[in-house]
Amino acid sequence: MKTTRRQFIKIAGMGTAGVAIAGSVFGSVQKAAEKSLSTSTSDSELTRTPTYCEVCFWKCAAWVYKDKEGNIKKLIGNEEDQHARGKLCPRGTGGLGMYYDENRLKKPLIRRTGADGNQFYEEVEWNEAIGFIAKKMKGIKKDYGKEHMALFVHGAPAKHFEYLFKAFGNENHSEPAYAQCAGPREAGFFATFGSGVGSPEPADMQNSKCIIFIGNHVGENMHNSFVQEVSTAIDNKADIIVVDPRLSTVAAKATHWLPIKPGTDIALLLAWMHVLIYDELYDKEYIDKYAYGFEELKAHVANYTPEWAAGITTIDPELIKKSAYTMAAAAPAAVIHPGRHTTWYGDDTQRERAMAMINALLGAYGRRGGMYMGVKQKLPKYPIEAEFPEPHWSWKDITKQKYKNAAVGLTNVLIEASLPSFPKEHQIKGWFIAGTSFINTIPDRKKMFEAMDNQDLIVVVDTMPMEMTGYADVVLPESTYLERHDYSRGGKNRIAQVAFRMPAVEPMYDSKPAWWIARELGHKLGLHAFYPWKNLEQVLDWQFKQVGSSLEEMKKIGVKTFDSNESIYLLPNEDFEFNTNTGKIELYSTDFAEKGYDPLPKFTRHESPDAGFYHLVYGRAPMHTFGRTQNNPYLSELMDTNNVWINPRTAKLWGIDNGDDIWLQNQDGVVSEFSAKARLTERIRPDSVYMVHGFGHTNKKLSRAVGKGINDIPLITRVKIDPIMGGTGMRNNFVTFLTEKPKKEEAES
Amino acid sequence: MRYAMAMDTRKCVGCSDCVVACQTENNVPLGFCRDWIVEAVKGTYPETVQMHFKSERCMHCENTPCVRTCPTGASHVIEGGIVKVTHNECIGCGACIEACPYDARYVHPEGYIDKCTFCDHRIAQGMNTACVDVCPTSCLIFGDLDDPKSPVSMALKENDWYVLAPEAGTKPQLYFLK
Repeated sequence: MKTTRRQFIKIAGMGTAGVAIAGSVFGSVQKAAEKSLSTSTSDSELTRTPTYCEVCFWKCAAWVYKDKEGNIKKLIGNEEDQHARGKLCPRGTGGLGMYYDENRLKKPLIRRTGADGNQFYEEVEWNEAIGFIAKKMKGIKKDYGKEHMALFVHGAPAKHFEYLFKAFGNENHSEPAYAQCAGPREAGFFATFGSGVGSPEPADMQNSKCIIFIGNHVGENMHNSFVQEVSTAIDNKADIIVVDPRLSTVAAKATHWLPIKPGTDIALLLAWMHVLIYDELYDKEYIDKYAYGFEELKAHVANYTPEWAAGITTIDPELIKKSAYTMAAAAPAAVIHPGRHTTWYGDDTQRERAMAMINALLGAYGRRGGMYMGVKQKLPKYPIEAEFPEPHWSWKDITKQKYKNAAVGLTNVLIEASLPSFPKEHQIKGWFIAGTSFINTIPDRKKMFEAMDNQDLIVVVDTMPMEMTGYADVVLPESTYLERHDYSRGGKNRIAQVAFRMPAVEPMYDSKPAWWIARELGHKLGLHAFYPWKNLEQVLDWQFKQVGSSLEEMKKIGVKTFDSNESIYLLPNEDFEFNTNTGKIELYSTDFAEKGYDPLPKFTRHESPDAGFYHLVYGRAPMHTFGRTQNNPYLSELMDTNNVWINPRTAKLWGIDNGDDIWLQNQDGVVSEFSAKARLTERIRPDSVYMVHGFGHTNKKLSRAVGKGINDIPLITRVKIDPIMGGTGMRNNFVTFLTEKPKKEEAES
Repeated sequence: MRYAMAMDTRKCVGCSDCVVACQTENNVPLGFCRDWIVEAVKGTYPETVQMHFKSERCMHCENTPCVRTCPTGASHVIEGGIVKVTHNECIGCGACIEACPYDARYVHPEGYIDKCTFCDHRIAQGMNTACVDVCPTSCLIFGDLDDPKSPVSMALKENDWYVLAPEAGTKPQLYFLK
């Protein structure tokens, strides 16, 4: 595929100092191991500093252990932390690989064009790189207006750059974590309970008697305390119900596995509601007291019998009934987990609504073993005298009239707004990207490249030479989480806790923490008034002192627990006002009705694959996060490529054997860049294939990851947008197999 | 004293955290591991298909073919039945690798044979093994079989279990709960 006039530059020419540093640090760890007779080091010989993990969004608090020479030896979960509970997942345990990875970005880079017209990166000093960005940003401000930029972020760096952009007078901030991931569940649960889901999801699984997963493959998505809670539930002999076209890890542990035809979940959910209501299994008292619109719902699901759903979902009607009875028997200690990556078919908010409504019928919201109402400790903002300038327009002006319930900026809308055909009034002319290689996240690459070509400036901040860096004008090497301060992790949970991150070691190479980068750029943009502090330590210390702690204390404990008097469950007969129009749990959504959306979820039939094509189902592996960990020396060892799961019956039709190299081609003729091995397994429906997302890296600078496995994102060319919150439904794509290496029409530049 | 480990296949999600935790705890060089995950699938889609994971490592057998075949005495048994290799006495001949029915040993790049030690350096300090402590599902249980109240004794009393290759007569001390 011809990509873009913005030539992809393979980051080259590591500074010699960088190589020397890399050599010595990485080498010394190995050497220490080789020389000693007992290769293990006793904890008494190690010192430790606190952090919270940045390998995924769960942000588990941890201890970084170092030896006497100051080398990081291991990472161990913090016992006090609710996310970690003394343990890290494999990615967290292998997090030190992020620090030691010799492929890391090492120097700031600026795109230049040579006399021959070829583009290349020049290594520059920080001052020059930041000066270059500031000049370009001022140019965009002058030529178009300060609003004409977009910020795309993920993880801890987000706060630092959001603050900078706000100070600059720009609120076009967005995260793929919303419109390409968790957005629909936020919108669906919010419409029902007047409260979104948040992270960690407040499903009270460790106290549940029945947990229901709709396509959520816990154990493969390795969200630490979530996995721990499910394990506790197994100890407690809780029932587990799993709806998945694949015998996922958790499906293999389930009481009931419902191997559903992809895209038909809403039919199943409607049938479950039918059984719960018409067999009078729902929590009558709870619904009478707290819910609005029960009669409308009852009438709505009258015809949605298990027999009706069976024809659509391919699930045995008896199993639909039996599983509904199982959850009802456990209620209110029963919960449908909201899931996380929920942008599937474009009617995802409605599917999440249906899930939320079943939680309501079970009387689960606000009940022990159902969903708890989390508490948090707020940290006050560091005082500044300056006032944030009011932008003339923001993401809301180009989003809200179309997707009325979008709660934050949508990456896909901001990319649309970056196209040359978008009205000039709201056209985006500069991208600032931090912590996300979103070229590997956002479907519809053609549009992505067109949008990139229209930008006056693209800045990418990352620790690794991810594919997105090759398209940047300026690449800034960020320090890893083990080398930097960040704002504290708060977040709602069963108890209010704050987790602290500090550098365990000095930044390797010429990398800098995000807070430093933002502050420097702020200064260069003349925004001194927003940075009355010298470093983030000063800010954190001030914040901690406002809540009765200090930097000194946090360095020792890492996680602080605060008293909260709020109950996380509804009290018996409590008169609780939900944050909805009616103050009730809305089975019938008055908000959706007002806005012209279906107030009750309807089943829409989605496309089925043509003969010879299969549903492309993708998911996660426990040792990887998105596309960002495949080059980690520890994690790539555990899994260095993905494979394509195919039912043996399907494979037989194609003459494919286990371990054969195959390529995938989607319904629009797009062929995967690389091959992957066929994995023949009975664990999947014959009409579907499954792959772990995040593989198939193309950048040669990712030496362990490049060329390994198939990237699902380029194969996702058909995207159905959720009309309610604007999420990109990505499961509407089908693939077929190529058993011979396809000829390339045009090599990627 | 008889150290043993139980592994609850009902809870394991095959995440391989035990593998990484062992690597970082014991400085196992990249490219090698002392423990590993096995996925076992049987049956056919959709009615009968089943799957479970196992976390495997040296079984610290009661009857040790690895120790018997070692020509230098580098492979030996220490208190509690832990099978160890003294690195500077090992000539890397690989006889123990041949003898082990569980493929639990590997050749360290330095030339000696390496394997799981049940983290004896941690046990000596009253801690658990690194893999037990890190496991997010708590599916690994360690302890002293001579103590009827130890977690591992209790787990074996309360659950059905099996061992791998019982026909080899090695009396392995890694028990799989089912």
